[in-house]
Order: sequence, then structure tokens, then C-alpha cells
Amino acid sequence: MTTTAPVSPPEAPVARRRLTGPRLARMRDLALVPAIIVLVLVGALIDPVFLSSANITNVLQQQTELSLLVLAEAIILIGGRFDLSLESTVGLAPALAVALVIPAASNGIGTEWASYLAIPLCLLVGLAVGAFNGLLILRFGLSAFIVTLGMLIVLRGLQIGITGGQNLFELPMSVLYLGNAVWLGLPASIWICGILFAIGIAVLGFFRHGRAVYAIGGNRDAARAAGIRVDRVMWTVFIVGGLLAALAGLLMTGRLGSVAAAQGDGMIFTVFAAAVIGGVSMEGGKGTLFGALCGVIVLGLINNILTLAGVSAQWIQAIYGLIILVALMLARLTTGKAQD
Amino acid sequence: MTDVLTDAAGSGAAAPPPAVSAHEITKRFGATTALSEVSVSIQAGTTHALVGRNGAGKSTLVSVLTGLQRADEGTVAFGGAPAPAPSDRDGWRRQVACVYQRSTIIPALSVAENLFLNRQTDGGPIKWGGLRRRAGALLEEYGVDVDPGALAGDLNVEQRQLVEIARALSLGTRFIILDEPTARLDATAIERLFGRMRTLAAAGVTMLFISHHLREVYEVCDTVTVLRDARWVLTEPVSAVGHDALVAAMTGEAVKLTEVAPRSVPDAPPVLSLRALTLGDAYTGIDLDLRPGEMVGVTGSGSSGKVSLAETLGGLRRADSGSVSVSGSAVGVGVPAALRAGIGLVPEDRHREGLVPLLSVAENATLPIGDRLGPAGVVVPRRRTAVAEEMVRRYDIRTESAAAPVASLSGGNAQKVVLARALSTDPRVLVLINPTAGVDVRSKESLLGAVRSAADQGTGVLMVSDELDDLRHCDRVLVMFHGRVTATLSRGWDDAQVVAAVEGVTSEGASS
Ligand SMILES: Nc1ncnc2c1ncn2[C@@H]1O[C@H](COP(=O)(O)OP(=O)(O)OP(=O)(O)O)[C@@H](O)[C@H]1O
Ligand SMILES: [Mg+2]
Repeated sequence: MTTTAPVSPPEAPVARRRLTGPRLARMRDLALVPAIIVLVLVGALIDPVFLSSANITNVLQQQTELSLLVLAEAIILIGGRFDLSLESTVGLAPALAVALVIPAASNGIGTEWASYLAIPLCLLVGLAVGAFNGLLILRFGLSAFIVTLGMLIVLRGLQIGITGGQNLFELPMSVLYLGNAVWLGLPASIWICGILFAIGIAVLGFFRHGRAVYAIGGNRDAARAAGIRVDRVMWTVFIVGGLLAALAGLLMTGRLGSVAAAQGDGMIFTVFAAAVIGGVSMEGGKGTLFGALCGVIVLGLINNILTLAGVSAQWIQAIYGLIILVALMLARLTTGKAQD
Repeated sequence: MTDVLTDAAGSGAAAPPPAVSAHEITKRFGATTALSEVSVSIQAGTTHALVGRNGAGKSTLVSVLTGLQRADEGTVAFGGAPAPAPSDRDGWRRQVACVYQRSTIIPALSVAENLFLNRQTDGGPIKWGGLRRRAGALLEEYGVDVDPGALAGDLNVEQRQLVEIARALSLGTRFIILDEPTARLDATAIERLFGRMRTLAAAGVTMLFISHHLREVYEVCDTVTVLRDARWVLTEPVSAVGHDALVAAMTGEAVKLTEVAPRSVPDAPPVLSLRALTLGDAYTGIDLDLRPGEMVGVTGSGSSGKVSLAETLGGLRRADSGSVSVSGSAVGVGVPAALRAGIGLVPEDRHREGLVPLLSVAENATLPIGDRLGPAGVVVPRRRTAVAEEMVRRYDIRTESAAAPVASLSGGNAQKVVLARALSTDPRVLVLINPTAGVDVRSKESLLGAVRSAADQGTGVLMVSDELDDLRHCDRVLVMFHGRVTATLSRGWDDAQVVAAVEGVTSEGASS
């Protein structure tokens, strides 16, 4: 310890260099935009009809119900939970609401409540389902997967029980309105969807309560330690999920002019696929609603292109499923991260 | 100390009420009693140390004091007023800020957002640019050199710890708890933290400080409380209890810590050889020969590259150039290759790379030796339990049973499981990164004793550590500075030499 001489300090912090990457990774929000462009080009090549405004409007409108479910599921997934029962709510909510207002002769329950109640009732059913899911999962600490799988079956069963397995055709005007109305030249359902996504993107991106959902999905204990009321936020998320599913059911009912006994059946796979293709992680805390929206659009375009290309109806499902799997693999490649 | 207790009961009329008081707190987890009628009160403006062996109940008391867990019995008061209701998280947050022992960083969010979690704005939409600027200013103030826009998950252990500290200290509460904040920091960062703490103390902020380094307790604290086996043992001004008395209170026995016995290493060809090993800007041109049975310490500051070097040997990173060979044959890339070559690693981050939290202690401890627990890959549960129970006994792991999930262990006990597991494979080379971080004074001895006996059996040990007590067990100590080995100290070094070398100041006598 006699003479001391400072060794040259080459200030090259390891972290800085290594940490410039993640910013780019966040660009993966836009990762699907090239895919969408490619699909549009492919569509235009296959059939000139593809680019007509009528076809585009049609594609978008067909995707509105799915996109509302994806919106709901994406928020729930970001919060680190699951909801499989959304697809049953799509059927049950409008079915129960309609059954309560139409006469028994048209397969109603016979209560014949005032028909303007149909829409509020429908949303109320969605809200109640979401609240009940939240109760079981958050209060009683049951597994979200099993609870919502159970609810998926129970709700579907309820719908069949209530309607006697029949489709409901005699719908009140109010129920038909949203699925058919045209506002400023575009179907109302597209407007509704666009506005809800805009609100969702703003809340999850720029508001404290929205960011809380990310924090909860990322590390629940840390979120609690930071003063976030984890259960309250997640409960709200489940309720919003139920409401969106009921709204999706309403739009579908209006568009198709009836409540089918199997309305919404099998949608949940596509919902998850769209969310994951859009970069939402099944593990929670990762992904954006914009990404999820891109996921929906990609699937919608693929579906439309398959139809225009004249793929036979018997094969379309297998091919569609296959393409979703391929899309998942491509998304894995372009984002470079495991879809956990 | 009886005064303190009466105050805790709330009957002290003359003195101002304590900033924080916990009264007769009892907390049980199933069959384990983590706290049993513990009363502590902390006078406003003082820095209070909480010490005790691993599993004594310190962190449990912290979670009761921050409202994360509700005590089974007993009450908490802040400044004489009863604590907020358990669901009133905002109320708790106004009273107390905390650096928890377990990481509360959210990996998928940016550093800036982690710093301002749940207080990104005062209302209205978040202004991300402004948030990043505020975060940048805060990080600069705390000397943390990371980009506020980076993902927190890409930070190393030390940087994450610094972010947590900056967050807790900047919340503006009058009471701050620091649960083993120094366990993962290097000397410079610790000094900086202590500087901060002194400034806060001067401003009248009350602090509760937990550490297994009694030196630090004497350095920054005014009073100290000792917990042992879930019970309160003593509360005294630090000036009134000597080091040995403190250790005796913690362990319940008045035995001296043993001296490090000298050992000799037989001359033999090296078991591990590094030649010109280089990785980007982490480390450059590392040459090293490790003989069987030799214990070599590696130390340096956070940016010295010592952790990256150890992780490279364990297969977690890949060097850009140079070679690693064990007993003369080159080691391939990746963890399986390293394991096959006989290199065992105790990683730095036990939560991320070390343990599977929901598996039992037995399963975690025997993960790499599953093939030895029964024929043809079948794991015979009875054999596994037997092996695990032996480990629990030998390494003094405090757990309800070998079947309890690792997530329920206290921080120091989880660390012991990681080390027990690394030793279970009888590796030819054992690479340890901060093996005694968060381990109490006595357990440290038994852990290092286990490492030593492995070395006596012929295992070459490379121990990366900032702890002088760990390094004292080594036959020689390499000091790294900005990616290069700048000094080699042979046995008999004194503390000042190591400190100087770590700071990048070479002293003539030390270099060889
Ligand atoms: N969630 C839990 N479930 C079951 N047991 C627990 C849980 N949390 C803590 N314990 C037990 O309570 C006891 C006290 O743990 P605690 O974490 O408070 O110890 P500590 O004093 O902080 O130790 P360390 O110095 O190792 O951090 C330990 O025996 C631990 O196993
Ligand atoms: Mg602890």
C-alpha cells in the first residue's frame, strides 16, 4: 500500500450496450403490419373483388364480434388470468335477454317484459357472468382455467335449457338495431368496435389503472406491494370481459337476425389464437391491445381470402386451423420471443 | 429496553409516541410459527437494525409492518395511531416504504415504470416522455447507470436491487424498511446507499435495516433488535452491545466464530484451465489454472465482469473467444455441456436460475441427481426424501419438512438449498457466485465448511464473491477490474489490499 496508481477506467458499462435492444423489441407491436400488407396484396391478386369497399366492410363487420372477444381476452390475459367462458356468454346473454321479453309462443320464457329492456338485460347478464367468474377465481382462489371451463359448459347448458335448444327468431327491434344499423356510411358494429379498441388502447397504455393490469400480470406480489388493489382491478377486468362478450353476442344476434342455440360455439380457440398471434403472452403482463387487434385483422383477412379462393366448405376449417398454427409459428419467428 | 417495551404498549405518556410499534405480533404459517409475541418499537428519526439467523422471522415481521400480511395476533401502530385496514393499500403506502428481500421488480415493464409503479401520474393520462425523464434524473441521483426505457427484466441482479432501493427511498414516506438491501450490492453501491441513509436520517426519516453483516449494523444503525426462533430477544443501542454479544444473542450460544484453518493444496495438473477467455465488453483475456482441491476467489466491483466470467464457466453465457478446458479436454457450449464436464454452478439469481419455487425442497435439492435415486430414471420417493433430509440436516436448512415448497423458505434458507444442490453432484469444478448472500453468520460457516470439505476431496473451487469472509477461505484471490484480472493476492492479504484493488487502485505489494 505504498504507491497507488489508478488503473485506467474504461467506462463501458455492460448494461447500456445490452439494454438498447428491448426498445426495438417493443416495435413488435407493429410486427404484424407487414403481414397485413402482404395478405392484402395476396387477396387483391386472387380476386379483384377483394379490394372492393363492400368486401372490406364485410370482412371488418364479420370480425367485429371476434374482435370484441379478443379485446376482452387480451385484457384478461395481460392481467395474468384466463377466461374461456366468453364464448358461452356470447350465446347466453342475448338468448336470456330475448327470452325474457318475447312471448312464450316464440320460445320465450313467458315473462314478456318490456322489449326495450332487452339490451340492458343482455349487458347485465354479461356483467353478472364476469362478476361471478371473478368471485370464484379471486375470492375463493380457484383456478381460472377450471372455473371458466366449467362456466363455459354451464352457460351453454343454461342457454339450451332456457330456449329448449331452439333458435330464437322473433327478436325485438332494439336487439336487431346494432347489428344492422349504418352510421356515416359504415356499419354501427365497426364504429362500436373501433371506439372500444381506442378506449382500451388509451386506458391500458396511458392510465394508471390500465397500467395496473400490466403490473398485476407481471408480478402480482410486486403490484400489491406498490399499493395496487389487485383483486379489485382484476374483478373489474373480468366484469369488463363479460360485458364485452355480451355486447359481441348482441352484435352477432343483430347481424344474423336470430339467436342460434350454438351461438359463439368454438370461438374461443380463434380468440386465443388472435391474441397470441398479436403478441399477447399467455403468461401475463405482456402484449398490447393494438397487437391483438392486428391479430384479429390477420385472421379475418385469411378467412376472407380462403373463401374468395374458393376453398371448399368441407376443407375450410382444417385449412383455417392449419394457417393459424403457421401464423403462430411465424409470429414466434418475427418477434423472436417464446410465446409462453 | 423495558422502556421501549412499555412504549410499545402505548402507555408512554411523556415521550413522543414511537414512529412505529408492533405489539405482541404472532404469525403462523401452517405448522410453522414465524413470529411469536414479538414487540418492537422504533423511535422517530432513528435507524433501527433487525438481526437474527435465517428463518428467525425478520422478513415476516417486515411483511406485517408493510401490511402485506396480516398478523394472527397483535397490533401495529404508526406514530401512535393504529395501522390502516389490511385492504387500505394506499393508507399503508403513505406510512411505509420498503425494499423487500424478494424482488418486486416487474420484468416486462420498463425501468421507468417500475420506479413509478402505481404513481405514474397524479391524474390524467401518463406522459411517457416526462416519466422517463423523471426516472432518468432519479437513477442519476442514485448513481444507477441504466437506461430508464430499458426493460427491467434485462437488468442484472445488482441493477435491479438499486432500482428497488431508489424507488423505496424516493417515495417520500417517513418510515422506510430495507430488508437485506446490501446482500446483492458491491462495496461502492453499499457506500452510496449508506450515504443516502445518513441523509435521510438527518432529515428525520425513521428506518428499519436488516442485514447479516453486523459491520453494517454498527456503521449505520442507532439501535438493534435481535430475533431468535421467532421470538424477540433484545433491543439495545448498538453502542451497548458488542459484536460477540450480538452473535450470542442471535445464536443463543456463546461460542466464538471459528478461525479459518490454513490448508495446503497438493501439486497436480490443473483441473480447470482458461486461456485468453474473452466476452464482448464483460471481460477480456482471462487466463487461469485451477488445481484440484484449490479454492480461488474472484472479486471486483459490479462492472468488473466477475459474474459474467462465472456464468460463462457454468454454461449460462458463451464466450466470444478463448478456451475453457476441464482436465485438459475442452468444454462445449451450454449448461448440459458444462455439467457433463463436471462444472457445477451456484447462480447469482436464485429465483430466476436457481430454484423452482413451487416444487418441494427435496425435489429442488435433488434435481440434478435424479438418475442416482433409483433404477432407469425412476425416482424412488423414499430415496429422494432420505437424501434431501440428509441435506437439510447437513446444511442446517430451516424448513417445515423436506416436502415443503421452496417458496415458503426464508431467503437465506433458499440459498442453502441452491448450494446443497450444487454440491450434491460431486462436481470436479465448483463455480460459486455470491454463495453466502443473505446467509446468516453461523450458517455461513457451515456452508463454507461444506465447500471446503468438497475442496479437500479434490474439487476445484472458483468463488466469485464480494465478501471478505468468503474470500478468506480461498488459497488465492483474483481481483478483476473492468474485465481484466488486475491483482492476484495470495494467502495472508489484508482487507485494505482487497478494497484498494477492487476500487482499481493497485498497490505494489499486492500484485504478483
Ligand atoms: N409463505 C410462507 N409459508 C410457509 N412458511 C413461511 C412462509 N413465509 C415464511 N415462512 C417460514 O417462516 C419462517 C420465518 O421466515 P422469514 O422469511 O421471516 O425469515 P428471515 O428471518 O427473514 O430469514 P432470512 O434471513 O433467511 O431472510 C421460516 O421458517 C420460513 O420457512
Ligand atoms: Mg428474510
